[in-house]
Amino acid sequence: MTVQEIASALSLEVFAGADHLSSSVTEGYASDLLSCVLAGASDGSVWVTLQAHVNVVAVAALLNLSCVIVTEGRRPNQECQVKANENGIPILLSNESTFTVVSQLVQLGIGGCK
Amino acid sequence: MKAMPTDITRAQELVYELKIEQVMTREVITIAPDSSMGDLKELLRVNRIGGVPVVEDGALVGIITMENLIKAMETGELSAIVGDKMTTKLQTMRANDSVIAAVSLFGQFGYGRLPVVDGEGGLVGILTPSDIVRGLLRQIEVEWHAEEIRRYRARHIFEDIESDQTGLILRYRVKAHDFSRGGEASAKIKRALERLGAHPRIVRRVAVAAYEAEMNLVIHSHGGEIIAEICPERIEVTAVDRGPGIADVEKALEPGYSTAAAWVRELGFGAGMGFTDIRACADQMKLNSEVGVGTRLELCFSLR
Repeated sequence: MTVQEIASALSLEVFAGADHLSSSVTEGYASDLLSCVLAGASDGSVWVTLQAHVNVVAVAALLNLSCVIVTEGRRPNQECQVKANENGIPILLSNESTFTVVSQLVQLGIGGCK
Repeated sequence: MKAMPTDITRAQELVYELKIEQVMTREVITIAPDSSMGDLKELLRVNRIGGVPVVEDGALVGIITMENLIKAMETGELSAIVGDKMTTKLQTMRANDSVIAAVSLFGQFGYGRLPVVDGEGGLVGILTPSDIVRGLLRQIEVEWHAEEIRRYRARHIFEDIESDQTGLILRYRVKAHDFSRGGEASAKIKRALERLGAHPRIVRRVAVAAYEAEMNLVIHSHGGEIIAEICPERIEVTAVDRGPGIADVEKALEPGYSTAAAWVRELGFGAGMGFTDIRACADQMKLNSEVGVGTRLELCFSLR
């Protein structure tokens, strides 16, 4: 599945990184604690979180994640958008809870990081 | 910037980024409307193409293809003129249209070629599916070479400079509570290691450990420095600050223990796993601290 296909299937708004939606995604990780993500999210996975600040972009870029889905209707600020575009990190927005988004991703065949 | 993307997904991105003028053929083979179908046959045969635009007095008036020729040959009309047999309802592209527009048309209608015109309808080029493929491959190769050249230059630092021991030292100042720039030092260390050709697994371990160390400086210290020393057989990362110092080092090393303020925890920091994760990434870790003086964290990653 590509990031673009996920965005379409889950009707997510593409908030940043629109030029990098063709990355392929097979695994996902959900956590709002950055240390956990650093330890547990694999290269190229999708990160689902309600955190919407600029350090989310830094972590996603450090781990080469394919995209970040920000949940609970939270909206990152412009600084975050600029940094995400600079680093080529797609940020998709959902009004749903993290649990709902993860269950939707599982239905699309995306599993947890090994 | 992300690490080098795979060629397949980069090609997909390029289809959206490239403009038609970057991939089209500019020397267009054309035919005049008063030429015969026999002339067309020779033109297609000699140039090994499937169709040509029809141009009269410099203006694009139609397009004629192999299919038109075969129909004419079936009815014995080789002496008929091109102007009578050509297609006049033309699909054209503009030079600064995106390649994706052409890909859509090729896919939808099965055209073999698309004439490219300027604002006045003058022919400036022609575009076929193989032009697109060739353009994509060329662009991918150019980009691959640019990054390869950077990596070549970086990788050979250790070979070209002679000493008993050569090391590259990178220093980054970290300001206290500067959350918008938090992570910059570790991102730069990561890119340096990628360019020097370090194994991706080592790069990740160093980057993650450096990030945790850097955020410790941002969250807990009065400001400090991250120093990365890169040698052929090991990488040392040191995080040093001017205070406040850690009162109980043993407790600080406990998984889950954190002194981070509530507002910091709301950002997702302060899980209390920093030192635990750093220890899992590094081959060696040494933590020294004195209240009122500062803290020094030394990490070592072996490359052999």
